[in-house]
Amino acid sequence: MKVSVEYQALAPIIILLASGVLSVLVEAFIPRTLRRPIQLMLVLASIVLAFAYVVINATAPLAGDPVTNGGQVKGLRQLAASGAVAIDGPGMVLQGIILLVSFVAALLLAERQIDPQGDAFASRSSTLPGSEDERQFTAQGWLQTEIWPLYLFCVGGMLLFPVSNDFLTMFVALEVFSLPLYLMASMARRRRLLSHEAALKYFILGAFSSAFFLFGAALIYAATTSISFSTVAVAMENSSQDGLIIPGIGMIAVGLLFKVGAVPFHQWVPDVYQGSPTPLTAFMSAATKVAAFGALLRVFYVAFGGMRWDWRPMMWVIAILSMVIGSLLAVTQTDMKRMLAFSSVAHTGFILLGVISTSAAGLSSTLFYLLAYGFTSVGVFAIVGLVRDASGEATHLSQWAGLGKKSPWMASIFALFLLALAGIPLTSGFTGKFAVFTAAIDGGATPLVIVAVVASAIAAFFYARVIVLMFFTEPPVDGPSVVVPSAFTTVAIGTSAAFTLLLGIAPQPVLDLVINAGLFIR
Amino acid sequence: MLLTTLMLIPLVGSIVVFLLPAAKATLAKQIALGFALATLVGSVLMVLGLDNSSGGLQHVESYDWIPAFGISWTLGVNGISASLIVMSAILVPIAIIAGWWDAENASQGSVKGYFSLILVLEVFIIGVFAANDLFLFYVFFEAMLFPIYFLIGRFGGPQRAYAAMKFLLYSLVGGLFMLAALIGLYVVSSRQLGQGTFDFQTLTTLNIDPATQKMLFLGFFFAFAVKAPMVPFHTWLPDAAAEATPATSTLLVGVLDKVGTFAMLHFLLPIFPEASKFYAPAIITLAVISIFYGALLAIGQTDVMRLVAFTSISHFGFIVLGIFVMTSQGLSGSSFYMVNHGFSTGALFLVMGYLVSRRGSKRIADFGGVQKVAPILAGVFLLSGLSGLALPGMSTFVSEFLVLTGAYAVNPTAAIIATFGIVLAAVYILWLYQRMMTGVPSKEVEESITEISRRELVAVAPLIAIIIALGFVPQVALNVINPAVEQVQTYVGVTDPEATVVIEGSGS
Repeated sequence: MKVSVEYQALAPIIILLASGVLSVLVEAFIPRTLRRPIQLMLVLASIVLAFAYVVINATAPLAGDPVTNGGQVKGLRQLAASGAVAIDGPGMVLQGIILLVSFVAALLLAERQIDPQGDAFASRSSTLPGSEDERQFTAQGWLQTEIWPLYLFCVGGMLLFPVSNDFLTMFVALEVFSLPLYLMASMARRRRLLSHEAALKYFILGAFSSAFFLFGAALIYAATTSISFSTVAVAMENSSQDGLIIPGIGMIAVGLLFKVGAVPFHQWVPDVYQGSPTPLTAFMSAATKVAAFGALLRVFYVAFGGMRWDWRPMMWVIAILSMVIGSLLAVTQTDMKRMLAFSSVAHTGFILLGVISTSAAGLSSTLFYLLAYGFTSVGVFAIVGLVRDASGEATHLSQWAGLGKKSPWMASIFALFLLALAGIPLTSGFTGKFAVFTAAIDGGATPLVIVAVVASAIAAFFYARVIVLMFFTEPPVDGPSVVVPSAFTTVAIGTSAAFTLLLGIAPQPVLDLVINAGLFIR
Repeated sequence: MLLTTLMLIPLVGSIVVFLLPAAKATLAKQIALGFALATLVGSVLMVLGLDNSSGGLQHVESYDWIPAFGISWTLGVNGISASLIVMSAILVPIAIIAGWWDAENASQGSVKGYFSLILVLEVFIIGVFAANDLFLFYVFFEAMLFPIYFLIGRFGGPQRAYAAMKFLLYSLVGGLFMLAALIGLYVVSSRQLGQGTFDFQTLTTLNIDPATQKMLFLGFFFAFAVKAPMVPFHTWLPDAAAEATPATSTLLVGVLDKVGTFAMLHFLLPIFPEASKFYAPAIITLAVISIFYGALLAIGQTDVMRLVAFTSISHFGFIVLGIFVMTSQGLSGSSFYMVNHGFSTGALFLVMGYLVSRRGSKRIADFGGVQKVAPILAGVFLLSGLSGLALPGMSTFVSEFLVLTGAYAVNPTAAIIATFGIVLAAVYILWLYQRMMTGVPSKEVEESITEISRRELVAVAPLIAIIIALGFVPQVALNVINPAVEQVQTYVGVTDPEATVVIEGSGS
């Protein structure tokens, strides 16, 4: 069999992975003092270059037949790497979102000004927490620059994940982006034991879910003798082996729903969000969700699209559980990062509404929601990282009292993000929810939308509570303050806030983009 | 462009006021007042430009906003919305004058912030009455919450945080149900028309099947009933009105709550005629309960601000009653009632505010004998109180009478029961006057209550003048309102032949 590699279509993925290799070499051969600036430039440059390629691919003349591509006239829209990868409209939009969010998150990872000891990562993660070694390395100002190659591999894997067109490629992509995340999650500079615990939980549960995914793929293979999505889709329609197919779909769903953090596979979310270094939490909460939902969309639209009557009831239950349990548990939290983690679980439920619709509107609204949510999420965690006292980040809710008086600007932007998460009109969150809800009602899921509205009402309560706390409560005597960050974080927060507002007030260009992205190719 | 310009005036004003240095408090107030008066002039010009021979939308302007969802910036007014805009534009400068010193001692927030928020609120008020794209309406409906939330939460009384939060949560929950119904309506429109739309006039042409109509109707109605507020969704209002500054309460109860009843009249009836008729008996029952419940609780209050808030709940019962009997008297009575109630409740809140700020207490028992110490203040109190109980000669009487005659034609039982609400109104107002104004002034009252100041009189006098003037020549307002009422009746497909008989009967 002739193996073809379409370099242009695959360029974004190749650029990121190649930069990852290059970045490892930088670690090996460049003196320690020079590593950080070089790594940082490498990361930012490769993300920008990859994004440029996504744009080039998306605007290139159409390679295939406009009729089979739903009347689309531009964009590559082709299978690449012998059908292992499908570069199509939604895929390119997802890649674009991942790259944008990764760029902003990279700026957060590069921040060195908010912690007097260095960046957000342990000076040397191999030292024992609390040991003399740790103290010495910290005093000497060591930085763990190995995070940068890990980050590049992670983003590379995420770019591949939503465009994988067969179960094995998807599994490889899953592992490529998950393993660096497990590692980076363990490297927090402060509260290192909590960070280790989070990483271990994440790793063990993540490994389990990967196993589920693989097992599911094996069952599907057994039933259809194929791992390629398009072949699987056709074979399933004619197959009578429901005993293999239904458990197969279920297990693959477990693997993917774990990554997006849907109930009942959400247990890792609060612990990992809380324990990880905050810039990484920002990255995970946004980029992982985008990549994983991209994969979920592709699998359930392309491979299992014909089976939607079988998997929809399951997804209904999971969506309802995610929305209701996520919102209810968020109300009870006293830690900012945990509260936001549960809110992210609730948002997973909202986004699942778009997946359940299995329509063109469902797809485009999910893409819009992911972009909107991605930026808001990065922004919200960026600000969480700025509120600090002497012992590091002050994440207990009571410590946030009165921040609106101390730093009105930061508190206002944080309030903007919270309003967007709550889905208040004129913010991106509202447009996203509106799009998803409309698609869901059109797809006959009216009861789900009613649950979603009730969950939004519950959610509005805990977001509003934080705003009240910040603006209408007296600050505690020895409370934390908002650290003035360097340009990196400022740009990251500014970009996120701008997107959050823009997608709320004038969403039409982005809506056009996601609608014109068309459907997945097979 | 007229309506957009009308919204831009207070918007520019609020930005200018907000950008002033904090030390220039007096300048901020003067500029805010200037912009509010300019808006008033603009809105009067707007209403004078109306063609009273037609009940359709006028001054219409429409621009695409989010075409992908069929959302447009569509503004337009008919007689009802135009008169409500003028009413609001009159109340805003009055609230600014009355609240001249409100923000001076606020523990949080600055003077300029207070007046800037009031102007922002005015932008959304005009928007919400003028919006004729349902989505745009929803945006303004929700956006209004935030200036009010901050006005209560930053400048209110000791329980302000609680009151502001309760207000926000009630409204947000109501708003979310409306959102669900709005999306449902959008989907229905996209199925019928091919492309979804939020344009009000297009939506009235839809043929929605009765079952769907009923579901969507309930979603909208819940949001509007919370906003209005009707029993049993009313509990946020007394807290909010008692904790807010009197100027804020005036705008909150006088203007914002009208959005609920206005939307029932302007959107619910025309878009869901079948469902409106189906639910009308139930809603009329709720309205009658509101009338009595509000009045009885008003009688039982010990806090003056809460008392006025409960009287409003009773009045909103009358307004809703008039809307859902769907006769021309009922509808025009309710529309006129909305305008009058703004002035009348505004006057009551302001006078109560004057008294409370002097005495430093909101408890009725802490007053007594005020008319001996401050006779003019007591006189103003009495006039505003009498407008609240709909004394003949006051404009409130005309509207209440219209509502009751309109109701009698369709639902005599409800009309007869509701009439007893007037008796209760006399009880709560006159008994309040007796407790606070008559008797021998206590030492504290003698020391603290001073006569009404010129600024305070300037604020409240126009309200009383308007109430009395409209009481004698209600046709000025009714001529503007009636064509729009006929239009609503055409949308719903109701006529009122019986009502004509009743009018003749009562006239002979």
